Amino acid sequence: MNFTLHTPSGYWNPLLWVAFLVLFAVVGYIIYSRGNPAHKTGEQAKPYLSGNEEPDVEEIRVRASDIYWGFLEALKGYYRVLIAMHTGDLRDYIYWYIGVGTVIILIFLGGL
Amino acid sequence: MMENLPALVIAVPLLGAFTTPLLKKRPRGAALWANAIALVTLGLVLFLAKEVLSSGTILYTFGAKEPGLTLPSGYRLPVRIIFEIDAMGVFMAISAALMTFIGALYSYSHLSRENGLEKYYSLILLLEVGILGMVLTGDLFNLFVFLEIAGIAGSALVGFRNYRGEASEAGIKYLMVSSVASLMVLFSIGILYAQYDNLNLAYLAKHVSFNVPDMIAFGLLFSSFAVKCGAVPMHYWVPDAYTEVPSGVNPPLLVSTYASLYALFRVSFTLFASVSWTLERIGWVMSILGVLTMFIGVTMALVQHDVKRLMSYHAISQTGYMLLGVGVGLTVLHDPTKFQEFGRAAMAGGIFHIINHIIYKGLLLMTAGALFYVTGTRDLDKMGGLARRMPYTAVAFIVGAAAISGLPPFNGFASKILIYETSYRLNPLLAIVAMVTSVLTLASFVKVFASAFLGPPVREYESVREVPKPMLASMLTLAVLCILFGLFPNVVLNKLVYPAVDALVKFTAYTGWLP
Repeated sequence: MNFTLHTPSGYWNPLLWVAFLVLFAVVGYIIYSRGNPAHKTGEQAKPYLSGNEEPDVEEIRVRASDIYWGFLEALKGYYRVLIAMHTGDLRDYIYWYIGVGTVIILIFLGGL
Repeated sequence: MMENLPALVIAVPLLGAFTTPLLKKRPRGAALWANAIALVTLGLVLFLAKEVLSSGTILYTFGAKEPGLTLPSGYRLPVRIIFEIDAMGVFMAISAALMTFIGALYSYSHLSRENGLEKYYSLILLLEVGILGMVLTGDLFNLFVFLEIAGIAGSALVGFRNYRGEASEAGIKYLMVSSVASLMVLFSIGILYAQYDNLNLAYLAKHVSFNVPDMIAFGLLFSSFAVKCGAVPMHYWVPDAYTEVPSGVNPPLLVSTYASLYALFRVSFTLFASVSWTLERIGWVMSILGVLTMFIGVTMALVQHDVKRLMSYHAISQTGYMLLGVGVGLTVLHDPTKFQEFGRAAMAGGIFHIINHIIYKGLLLMTAGALFYVTGTRDLDKMGGLARRMPYTAVAFIVGAAAISGLPPFNGFASKILIYETSYRLNPLLAIVAMVTSVLTLASFVKVFASAFLGPPVREYESVREVPKPMLASMLTLAVLCILFGLFPNVVLNKLVYPAVDALVKFTAYTGWLP
């Protein structure tokens, strides 16, 4: 059985890819298992926040809504329009359907 | 029995749908009965698929002396309801039967705390009947009837948790959008019937003359099936419905959505593919709807923090890949050189993506259901550190997330690489949007994984445990399929996908039995 997927411009063999993945994983594990001689443990490894007490982990974790804050801020003009389109109003759902349907019929009739 | 297989594929789940309410006082019995029916239906569909893939298209005439008797002596046109089952039909039927069984198995534990389970399982089986009928029938009015069955059962399932206002609202929205689209389908059927006195798809395909009323009917069918499959900008009902529906229904509801996509492809190819003067235009409309759908879907997903709503927007986004793949194929269908170079592979990518997406999105929506099952919330802002508590769900999620993001060697990659390459050949911009969408998809699922599964554990969920075994079995089955379809894409492509592509493309074969 041939496991190579031939595409119009090349090929893709997942089994070969997995073989390389395993090879790189083994190499990575060997490097990892040698350890890091510069790694420090004990008092030196603890976070130091200018003498302040470390806040509770639940308070400082990054929440889902904040993860791509920068990306969303950079595209806020785009998102303003996009979110405004999603009104949740059933009447708008039907208007969009009628509008797009009309355009599609005109295109099929050769009018656009 | 074998000659009546097409009728049995519909009759068995229909029987199950009508008998399940008899077990009202035994909800577990109702669940087991529905699971058994779904499993038997899956077996029948696999038998049917074997028959079709080995012997070719099956014609089944209801009410005839012999099931294969499509034209009794002296008749020149079909007068009975005929099922015309080709490789594309069985491709969809396998998806429907598999996902209904997986969904019913998942629901066994997921919904054990709910009331009215006999209605729930009855509706799931009715939804399966609707989908199977849509993808197997060769009659346009029959397609409308099954579309209605699927739409009504689907909307009742969306509103199943009627003690939640949001679920009832989503159910009504789904019902209204489905009804309006179905009425337009009925209207277009009326236009075609008024001209040709027949509603058999093969007969219509042979006689359609592409005049103005025909093209209006085609436009209505195209836009109605596009709204039912959630193409942008007619996708607004999708996040409402997919978010509120119980997670066990998400897999069959996904297939129901793609049954409409199947209907869109069926009318575009079988019914109207001979209209060469405007086919390129139709292909471009499909491709542009595809890139709009994928990009708007994924960017809307990025801003969500309700885990199921986020995944629902991804479902919209992935539909775009299917539209793009098949749209590219349709654009070059009447150019034999280009079609051989990349058109056929584009269509294979689009159709392969249907089953891949059904598998990994079904899996992801079920992992979202598992998170809701243990935490009682869908809000990602409130979750954290659940990988330690739910290791198997976390592994299933990683597989699904990698697959939807198109990471090798999972199944999403195999179909996406075909779509990237072939859409690039038509217009590089199409491929760029498709690849950017995949990057954003990965970013979105990194967010879900980091928020729900990683990070410090949330005190509120310190006592939560892994979900029950039936839920795990459903999720892990789909995770294994994601891996297998990714590792052996050629097997799926050669056995299932390319025969389905050829069934669509060789549209004269569909009408070959007519004089």
